[in-house]
Amino acid sequence: MGHFVTAGGCSNSAKSMITSEIPMASAPELKSRTTLLSVRKVAKQFGKNVVLKEISLEVAEGEFLTILGESGSGKTTLLRIIAGFEKASAGEVWMGEDRLDLQPPYRRRVNTVFQNYALFPHLTVEQNVAYGLRVAKRPESEIASRIAEALEKVKMSAHAKSKPSKISGGQQQRVALARALVNRPRLLLLDEPLSALDANLRRQMQVELKALQREVGISFIFVTHDQEEAMVMSDRIALLRSGELEQVATPREIYGRPATAYAAQFIGHTNLLKGDVKSGVVCCGDLTWTSDRPDGPVLFSLRPENIRLLSQTASLPTLVRVQGKVVAQAFHGATELIRVQCAGGLVLVVRAPASTSPLDEVLLAFSPIDAIPVTKSAERI
Amino acid sequence: MSSTARISNSNWLFLHAVCVFAFLYLPIAVLILYSFNREGVGGFPPHHLTLDWYRTLFGDGPMWDSVLNSLQVAAVAMAISLALGIPAALALDRAQFPGKALFRRLVLLPLILPGIITGLSLLMLFNLTNTKLSLATIILGHGTALISVATTEVFAGLQKLDRSQEEASLDLGANYWQTFWRITVPNLKLPIIGAALLIFTLSMDEIAVSFFLIGRDNTLPLEIWGRLRRGITPEINAVSAIIFVFSLVAIVLWYRLRVRGEGQPDVGTEITAAAEGQMV
Repeated sequence: MGHFVTAGGCSNSAKSMITSEIPMASAPELKSRTTLLSVRKVAKQFGKNVVLKEISLEVAEGEFLTILGESGSGKTTLLRIIAGFEKASAGEVWMGEDRLDLQPPYRRRVNTVFQNYALFPHLTVEQNVAYGLRVAKRPESEIASRIAEALEKVKMSAHAKSKPSKISGGQQQRVALARALVNRPRLLLLDEPLSALDANLRRQMQVELKALQREVGISFIFVTHDQEEAMVMSDRIALLRSGELEQVATPREIYGRPATAYAAQFIGHTNLLKGDVKSGVVCCGDLTWTSDRPDGPVLFSLRPENIRLLSQTASLPTLVRVQGKVVAQAFHGATELIRVQCAGGLVLVVRAPASTSPLDEVLLAFSPIDAIPVTKSAERI
Repeated sequence: MSSTARISNSNWLFLHAVCVFAFLYLPIAVLILYSFNREGVGGFPPHHLTLDWYRTLFGDGPMWDSVLNSLQVAAVAMAISLALGIPAALALDRAQFPGKALFRRLVLLPLILPGIITGLSLLMLFNLTNTKLSLATIILGHGTALISVATTEVFAGLQKLDRSQEEASLDLGANYWQTFWRITVPNLKLPIIGAALLIFTLSMDEIAVSFFLIGRDNTLPLEIWGRLRRGITPEINAVSAIIFVFSLVAIVLWYRLRVRGEGQPDVGTEITAAAEGQMV
């Protein structure tokens, strides 16, 4: 059980739930899945303030999609349009053969876990979970068994009779999850549900939530501003910036092959190299390497871990090399981030195994294939 | 040195507080005391305590009729002001309509207007429409004047309500009507009960508006007022003491509900309460 325990506090195995069912390395099979939700050219403006510009996005059956973006990027608005709390100014939302955006929220087979959980304070945990079923007038015997099952799934059976104000934030979160899932929605929307939790609990809940999603097989749309959270949990990430989609791809793809400078910078650290291509040769300041790119200005993203520190004597002809002086070292445990002032004014950040001694003059090298060309993101607000 | 100065300073403040308190409550204390005095309103300090005045009071038919009239008026006026005030509060909180800011101020107007004006204008209206003055007209008068209490109390409750709870309810399949009854109303329970208590109390001892709209049947305050013209009787002291106790209980209940519902009443509601006090 201990092998996927993260650096934080989830080593307390008695607390962590369903952890044993987590598949380790899991590249989800998405290609064969059918589309569940289709967002078509959805735009939204409040007065003159444009929040979303023609967003098109598809979510597959059973997919865990994360909408990632800074605050003000429009991610919560997009979620609220799907849930039915906001009306889109333009565009359509479809679920299978149904036009979703014309239906009131209570007709949509979509449930939401709210950022502040929005549990009903005057009802017990059990009554909160039963709410949807009671409104739908299910028989009481069915309600009882489904509540029991849902509370069991989130390990909250012991608190069934408590009022929401008497349980902790993490527990409230689980109740909110149970309250939504008990209705067997086709799609679950989660609006930054982990943002109120402390770091350790948060990491634990990321793992649990992901496992739960696998178990129930319901599509999740998860909204967050935390890129690390998005990477850990998602099948795909939709990166939203100022109301437009920057890139939609799997975490590995978006990290390994960011489409834009913004994507490269927002997800993980990166070095952006501005250069020029002239007849098959790239020039970035003092750095040069050959490339088959067409002539013209170009922008590269080079991840810090793809730059190596070389001993002075090494000679590897395929690598681009540059001499530099270390200006800062930030210790991160297993690795450290080293800021290097290179010849020609270029500053590179390098991720290297933590060294025992301070560094001064270093020789850096990287392979040209790790320099990923990205488009310069349009300047927006 | 400075600490002794501070101590004597705080002693003065304490004395001042005692004086203010005495100024406010001594008359009421004397009234209650006299209601137990065998010699009636004369003779201080009272030598013999008695419950005779209460006995007389309980045998006084017209007085009890007026109490029943007042209870009836208060109950119906409460229902009317809540029925009209709660939707008004909802409109203020949720709806966007032209003139909303104006409406918000106008709805408070009956609180601030002297009761004479409300009473007089209603009297003119009833004259114009040839309506016979009766308890019904008093009920309408109280209902009108006290809508603003219901609206302000419930509006304050709505402002503190977490809207995402209502969204959660819609999200879980409840339509707007179900959401209102299952989520909004239970969360407004305290402000609604508080408003009801306050309206009831205010209506019970309202004079100014009632005075203009009275028909053949007296309300309790008007009955008392009528008898006072023939001189103060200890019986009136007794009925006043009873009213005082009931009002006190209602106000304490209202205040405690309010504190429980909102932590601490804020300055705005204190002012509202003060304005409401002024109206009585």
